Amino acid sequence: MSLLSVEGISIHFGGLKAVDDVSFEVREGEVFTIVGPNGAGKSTIFNLISRFYDPSAGAIRFDGRDITRLKAEDIAPLGIARTFQNIELFDHSTVLQNLLVGRHRHRRSNFVANAFFLPSVRREEVEHREAIEKVIDFLDLQPYRNKMIAGLPYGVRKVVELARSLACEPKLLLLDEPASGLSVEETQDMAFWIEDIQKDMGVSVLMVEHDMSLVAQVSDRVLAIDHGAMLATGTPAEVQNDPLVIEAYLGREEA
Amino acid sequence: MGVEALNPQPQDEFPRNPSHAPAKPIRSRWEKDAPRCVVAREEIGLEALQLLLGGIANGCIYGLVALGFVLIYKATEQVNFAQGDMMMFGAFLALTFVNEAWFGWPFALGLLAAMAVMGTLSYLLDKLVLRNLFGQPQFAVVILTIALGFVIRFAAGVIWGHEPQSIETPLTGKSVHFAGLVMGLEEVAVIVVTIALTAVLFVFFSRTRIGLAMQASSQNQLAAYYMGIPVKRVYSLVWALSGVVAAIAGVLFATKGTIDPASGLLGIKAFAAAVIGGFGSLPGALLGGIIVGVVEPFAARYLAAGYSQIAPYAIMLIVLVIAPNGILAQMQKKKV
Amino acid sequence: MRFQFKTEYNDDIRLYQDRVQLAWYVALLITAVSLPLFLGDFYISQVTFILIFSIAGMGIMLLVGHTGLVSLGHAAFLAAGAYSTVNLELLGVPFFLALPLGGLFAGVLGAVLAIPVLRLTGIYLAIATLALAIIIEDIIVLAEPLTGGVVGLSVDSIYLFSAAGPEINIYFTPFRFYYLALAVAALVALLYANILRSSTGRAFLAIRDSEVSARAMGINVARYKTLSFGLSCFITGLAGGLLAHFLGHINHEAFLILTSIELLMIVVIGGLGSIHGAFFGAIVFGMLPLTVSIAIETFGAPLGITSTTLPGLSTGIFAGLLVMFILVEPFGIYGRWLKIRTYFQLFPLYRRDMFRRHKSYLKTERMR
Repeated sequence: MSLLSVEGISIHFGGLKAVDDVSFEVREGEVFTIVGPNGAGKSTIFNLISRFYDPSAGAIRFDGRDITRLKAEDIAPLGIARTFQNIELFDHSTVLQNLLVGRHRHRRSNFVANAFFLPSVRREEVEHREAIEKVIDFLDLQPYRNKMIAGLPYGVRKVVELARSLACEPKLLLLDEPASGLSVEETQDMAFWIEDIQKDMGVSVLMVEHDMSLVAQVSDRVLAIDHGAMLATGTPAEVQNDPLVIEAYLGREEA
Repeated sequence: MGVEALNPQPQDEFPRNPSHAPAKPIRSRWEKDAPRCVVAREEIGLEALQLLLGGIANGCIYGLVALGFVLIYKATEQVNFAQGDMMMFGAFLALTFVNEAWFGWPFALGLLAAMAVMGTLSYLLDKLVLRNLFGQPQFAVVILTIALGFVIRFAAGVIWGHEPQSIETPLTGKSVHFAGLVMGLEEVAVIVVTIALTAVLFVFFSRTRIGLAMQASSQNQLAAYYMGIPVKRVYSLVWALSGVVAAIAGVLFATKGTIDPASGLLGIKAFAAAVIGGFGSLPGALLGGIIVGVVEPFAARYLAAGYSQIAPYAIMLIVLVIAPNGILAQMQKKKV
Repeated sequence: MRFQFKTEYNDDIRLYQDRVQLAWYVALLITAVSLPLFLGDFYISQVTFILIFSIAGMGIMLLVGHTGLVSLGHAAFLAAGAYSTVNLELLGVPFFLALPLGGLFAGVLGAVLAIPVLRLTGIYLAIATLALAIIIEDIIVLAEPLTGGVVGLSVDSIYLFSAAGPEINIYFTPFRFYYLALAVAALVALLYANILRSSTGRAFLAIRDSEVSARAMGINVARYKTLSFGLSCFITGLAGGLLAHFLGHINHEAFLILTSIELLMIVVIGGLGSIHGAFFGAIVFGMLPLTVSIAIETFGAPLGITSTTLPGLSTGIFAGLLVMFILVEPFGIYGRWLKIRTYFQLFPLYRRDMFRRHKSYLKTERMR
């Protein structure tokens, strides 16, 4: 059953067609990866789904609901969490606070109750922390719990961003280049985590990634795009051997 | 019990909002000047024309100060809230060089000296003070320049005192007559100098190498740095340039009336002008200045007392809410 | 060096980190409560003034330090709180109701004004609020039936519960006024700290650090910005209500642009992003004029300097201090205090780079 379906979306910036009539669907429980050369429009698709950009044509459906016209802040409450290509954490807060912001969609109290810190608020805070400890445990973030983001190394920040999106308890996780800038070991950790997220937590994953070994390891299906247009869809192996895809990456052989 | 000492608003040290009517003893002089030209005229049409001309002349000075804001914003994306105080300081410098009571230099020489000193001071200001905030959020620069404005105002008060003073220029007291209209020669000079200066700066930014480098470094510091543009020196040069513009604006301002350390508050009106015109646009700054300058005398003439001072800011707020980027400006949107 | 072992979630949630910190806060409270035993009328009213500006400082800190929005026009909300509190009292509302209602008026006014203004970002927001600071003086003069126009309003003593209830006046009963200000300040600080440790406060922090990310986490940025502005104005309005009674007479000259800018300076000098900073900043702001005039009397006399030959000296020094702080210690007095504390806690392991500032290169927000 399809969780997210993208139906013929397009967007152009000025004369540039960044995304041109792209359709795909992410089935429940699968890891779906979008690959393509730099500037192919991968992150733009992400920004369309998380509603930072408005598509000029097409529709996006999540869980049977049309989300094409929703606002960006209404996406997370539906159960779609995302990470960013260039890490967008809350730099002057601790790891714990960052993860707690991820719990925002699960809050039940309003600001008046917050100001008086009613017993219900305290109970809610404890619940949030229980949920977050699980994530911290899962991603081995214990040493950094009370550290400021601003002082953390790049690899850790990448993990914190993943943790924050998991704290949302999403149905669908959008990972924008989760392995970019990571070492080989860190990439391997990331691969295991993505597998666990899919298998143990039952979260569907839509991912943009360059690292083909990671893609091949974790993806169920892959979509290749170039210049905003679809090239091929299929299993990782099928897509990697697709002549159009090879041409997009390596260029056309002359003569 | 020391009741007075507790009063949190030291009455003597800060000038009132320059636009307030009866209760405000310290006002910038030309607000009184504008109606003066009118008194003798009888016909409504001529009066309106006269108001318009006076307004344009005032507006040009707002425009010049606004030009200083825009210069710095265009090149560095910083906003210099001390621009008005720099103008005031430049005017006092020129006054010191020119007036008989001080140095008594020829007017042109004094003007050039004031420009040179203001340019150098602003260059040093950027190099020694603002440089330390390189790469910090805009907010830090806003607060810093506001504080610098206070420091400059205080320094001017210590050096030159708080009494309004006037500068001796060859233009003072002469006027031009045509078609029943009277314009002070200094007003004509203000208009001419402003238009010329705006044109020169516009060409400078859009045609010359250094001007383009300034624009490039504002778009993306890091990229500009990689392209071999000495970003930091470019920044200091822009500050120097806006210091020179401030000195010119200050002298023109002083020829039209008197200056005192509180004259720098004119900067706030110039700010409104810059916003109305669109913050990134040089011709826009001038246009905004003229709009503010023209609206003022007309509002004073035709609106009830209290309301007229609000007019420039009301226009600015309306522009901000309807077209946040001003009348002539670039698009602004953050890239994700 | 102290270690904190956390054994349950409430250890993380409570307001103090450990027993030592709790002991410090208790000691501070005891000192504050017993202060009138040590200080005379004059100094008590000075401290009261500092407390009032601490409250206003907390108001602006919530906005600037915790939500990352700049306001150069907060004197407008100080005025809104002051005039509405006084007017409510003139209608016979007792002070204990009039003050929060006055604050509420300022808060609602702030939230309503915020809706169009908060669509603006960064520098434009600063400019719009600056315009607000300028026109508020004119508006006060124009709204004569409520504000007494240029002449202003004389403010009676505070009658806390009823006309018979405890009368509080800064001249006749300064100790009562001090305790009133202390109670309001402590209450506001407590509510503020509560907001910060719950989802509302975290949403503010998120907006301050990354709006894009905040939206992706489901935070309605516009709504929370409006809320922050409203809460900030509410707190500032409370300070305004107290200030009106402290001054005894208010007109537009109590709410100049200078006041707005001084409020901003208080939080920057104190240290952005901490409740402590609001208090530290207010202490500097409140003590400075007195310190300067004492210094001039002591050292200036031989040089022929008196407070009349150098008008504006304390404002100049305050601004100079601010420049110094921004350049040397962007996190204000509270930031410096944290460093000193860490130095002693870690002695002799402290390294200079522990609080190194992270350079970031500004990227344009313009897109052609």
